[in-house]
Amino acid sequence: MVAAHNLKHALFCAVITLVISWPIMGLKLEAVGTQITLQGADPFTWIAIGVAALAVFLFQLFREAILGRLGMLKSLNPMADRKPMPQEKRLKLESIGLTLLIVLALIWPFFVSRGSVDLATLVLIYIMLALGLNVVVGLAGLLDLGYVAFYAVGAYTFALLSQYWGISFWMALPIGALLAALFGLVLGFPVLRLRGDYLAIVTLGFGEIIRILLNNWTNVTGGPNGIGGIPDPTLFGMEFGRRVKEEGNVSFHETFGIAYSGEHKVIFLYLIALVLAVFTGLVIRRLMRMPVGRAWEALREDEIAARSLGLSRTGVKLSAFTIGAFFAGFAGTVFASKQGFISPESFVFLESAIILAIVVLGGMGSQMGVILAAIAVTILPELAREFSEYRMLIFGAAMVLMMVWRPQGLLPMRRRQIKLSTGE
Amino acid sequence: MLEVQNLSMRFGGLLAVDQVSLDVQEHEIVSIIGPNGAGKTTVFNCMSGFYKPSGGKILFRGQEIQGKPDYRISRLGLVRTFQHVRLFGRMTVVENLMVAQHRHLNTNLLSGLVATPNYRAREQKALDRASYWLERVGLMEMANREAGNLAYGQQRRLEIARCMVTEPQLLMLDEPAAGLNPAETRDLDQLIISLKEDYNVSVVLIEHDMSLVMGISDRINVISQGRPLASGTPDEIRNNDDVIKAYLGEA
Amino acid sequence: MQDLLYFGQQLINGLTIGSTYALIAIGYTMVYGIIGMINFAHGEIYMIGAYTALITITGLATLGVTWLPVILLIALICAMIVSSSMGWAVERVAYRPVRGRHRLIPLISAIGMSIFLQNYVHLAQGSRNIGFPALIEGGFQFGSSGNFQMSISWIQIVIFVTTFVCMTALSLYISRSRIGRACRAVSQDLGMANLLGIDTNRIISATFVIGAALAAVAGLLLGMYYGSVDPLFGFIAGLKAFTAAVLGGIGSIPGAMLGGLILGIAESMTSGYLSGEYKDVVSFGLLILILLFKPTGLLGKPEVEKI
Repeated sequence: MVAAHNLKHALFCAVITLVISWPIMGLKLEAVGTQITLQGADPFTWIAIGVAALAVFLFQLFREAILGRLGMLKSLNPMADRKPMPQEKRLKLESIGLTLLIVLALIWPFFVSRGSVDLATLVLIYIMLALGLNVVVGLAGLLDLGYVAFYAVGAYTFALLSQYWGISFWMALPIGALLAALFGLVLGFPVLRLRGDYLAIVTLGFGEIIRILLNNWTNVTGGPNGIGGIPDPTLFGMEFGRRVKEEGNVSFHETFGIAYSGEHKVIFLYLIALVLAVFTGLVIRRLMRMPVGRAWEALREDEIAARSLGLSRTGVKLSAFTIGAFFAGFAGTVFASKQGFISPESFVFLESAIILAIVVLGGMGSQMGVILAAIAVTILPELAREFSEYRMLIFGAAMVLMMVWRPQGLLPMRRRQIKLSTGE
Repeated sequence: MLEVQNLSMRFGGLLAVDQVSLDVQEHEIVSIIGPNGAGKTTVFNCMSGFYKPSGGKILFRGQEIQGKPDYRISRLGLVRTFQHVRLFGRMTVVENLMVAQHRHLNTNLLSGLVATPNYRAREQKALDRASYWLERVGLMEMANREAGNLAYGQQRRLEIARCMVTEPQLLMLDEPAAGLNPAETRDLDQLIISLKEDYNVSVVLIEHDMSLVMGISDRINVISQGRPLASGTPDEIRNNDDVIKAYLGEA
Repeated sequence: MQDLLYFGQQLINGLTIGSTYALIAIGYTMVYGIIGMINFAHGEIYMIGAYTALITITGLATLGVTWLPVILLIALICAMIVSSSMGWAVERVAYRPVRGRHRLIPLISAIGMSIFLQNYVHLAQGSRNIGFPALIEGGFQFGSSGNFQMSISWIQIVIFVTTFVCMTALSLYISRSRIGRACRAVSQDLGMANLLGIDTNRIISATFVIGAALAAVAGLLLGMYYGSVDPLFGFIAGLKAFTAAVLGGIGSIPGAMLGGLILGIAESMTSGYLSGEYKDVVSFGLLILILLFKPTGLLGKPEVEKI
């Protein structure tokens, strides 16, 4: 009886698998001139579809047994019931590890290719973004799908300030971040009263609005053509170009009497990004342990209880939203400087989705997890080019699987243990 | 110190609370009892600001508080627990207590970021208060566990401790004994009396456990189907015909 | 006179788009009514419906089928089958396992599913947009004035009629059939319905299947109306339809219809009098305003916070 029911269910699932994969994957629409034709897929795809259906069939048929076996595997895992290290030891190890990592990160760019350093800068930008979004999503539990809008505000602020008033990177950095924070504040104030899922949609809509405005406000933002000629950062007034662009400045290579090299600039930008990323991480780490950080988490855990204890919902959410936006603005300014050119293309929903994927994969709330995930998500597609096509497909699937199997992320957040003194 | 006058609450066509009045004096334990669905929790929700009452007044030390936002009411010193325990489940027990002291702390971002002496002093004071209450309710060993992993009785006690660290003047407990075993209920009994005696807190209690209610209440208000049915001392209530009828009718 | 005709033309265009939004919005509203979550992947299911319809139409043309009603009917059925299967599978894989967890978890799972499906079609069918053959051509022209000619095309009429038929059928189904009644019971109180012996899992599956089937209808109609499809086709349309659902009051089926029509008109008026570029801004702006000032929408019931 049970077996028959199982068989029926398994067959049904296999048929569904065929139905959802056969037409879409098996029959490809090709436009030949004005005519559209259907192209059958290559044999490999057919085999893949068949294997998928068979796999679903077998899994559903032996579902209980397989899940049971999986459960056993988990209990065989030697890591599973390993006692957590005492906090002091762990913190010590962690700080040694982090220091080593930062020292390594400081030395490393001088020995590798320009392309690698450039990629590393991008990784650092994503780390900043993900750490910022981690505050909003991971700690405060607010799903912000328009995070990229604040990144855009930071980038465009720098681009426009430099274009119209010739303002330098170092001036623009705080201005861009503060302006992004201001945007966060102004947007957040009305929308943070909304329930979680509405908030997600509204922020998504807001992100799209910003992008559409950037695209269409052509005489200020250059529309789809974007803004170019964004200057590089200077080091105490020294420029990194071959020739000095701005009157009164000197060039880096002449000051130090070394030959000009395009690499200096790339490494310098990398170092700036590194310092800013470390700064971002440290500030947020500190915030997490402050009253405001605890309030974020309390609101995420139980909004009603938090309110009953005197936390103002709007105030607490707004602080998370604004601080998240601030660091996105930071990252945006660095991004504009790195690229030298920005356009609305760089600020599409896909970017928000990637940053969200980083936070979710790494472990919501966990800084270490988020940093590692940012590195993995940015570098893996570069290492395996053929993989990059499948990148978003895999991210999407990974987000679903993580939520189903391991919602705390790959490297879950660890709670700080506090030593209490007993007896007064 | 607290006076509820002719409180009414309407949800669409349903009048959930109809002209309920009650008052609480300093240093007093007042209970609200009544059959299931009588509107007791709705009264609480109005008093703590989660609902905006449709009619009537709530005065706390002479100040009208009906319709004020919940977090403001709690900052005045009226703090509540919930029928279904509401803890910050993935935060540790201490952290739960620290969150509750949010407004006693220095919440200036800059002074926190650079950890000024003033900031550290207040943080330490809050920690001390937290450990005091943890010891008081017997949860010291659990301090660094996640609150969601505690046993049910421990969660109940933590919820009360979390209210107490805010140094309230009036504590509203919504069925604190629900789901507790007899031994735990006796401890709770002691704890509530001690809150009144040793910490000078007035308590409003919603409870079904009659022996608990009769044992510790100074006065009792009975409501039934949203309307006030009787009020008085435990002895008066015990012998009130209307109350007996309402309870027998329910059974 | 000419102004009035121009206005009338925008109104017709708006109602056309609006009724398809309403069809998609049903999927959001029914799912929300029952399990209280936004099915972010619904826009993708609609897009897959449009692709399936196009694949079927192309296939039939290759086979030499030329009689239009047969082509449309088969395309519609195929699109509905594939979309419904997809809707069923999505619920099974991404939503059922996380039901009842912390509210953030199903939401992220849904977004992951949406990204996955978008890229699934992108990889299988390429990212370029593909022309949808104009199967239904021509229309009426009436009320000309000056050099402006007001018109209503056959495809617009087909869209109105189909939407009307689908909506009526759905309303009857919900109010009369056993599953429909169970749906309403589940949306009132899921736990209670479960206790009363209603197989809530089945009802939730049914909701996804019905929503997906209607989205497939919209996919075929809008594919023909716009004349092309691409993998991003569902993303914006999904957002619009969601806006329509919220505007009308999420959880309410007549609300979805009303919201869809209002949104369609607002958009075509923006395109007609301002610029097509800003029509998305207007609809997102509308969404934000509605959520701020009347989060229950026009026909929705107020929610009482349960404590």
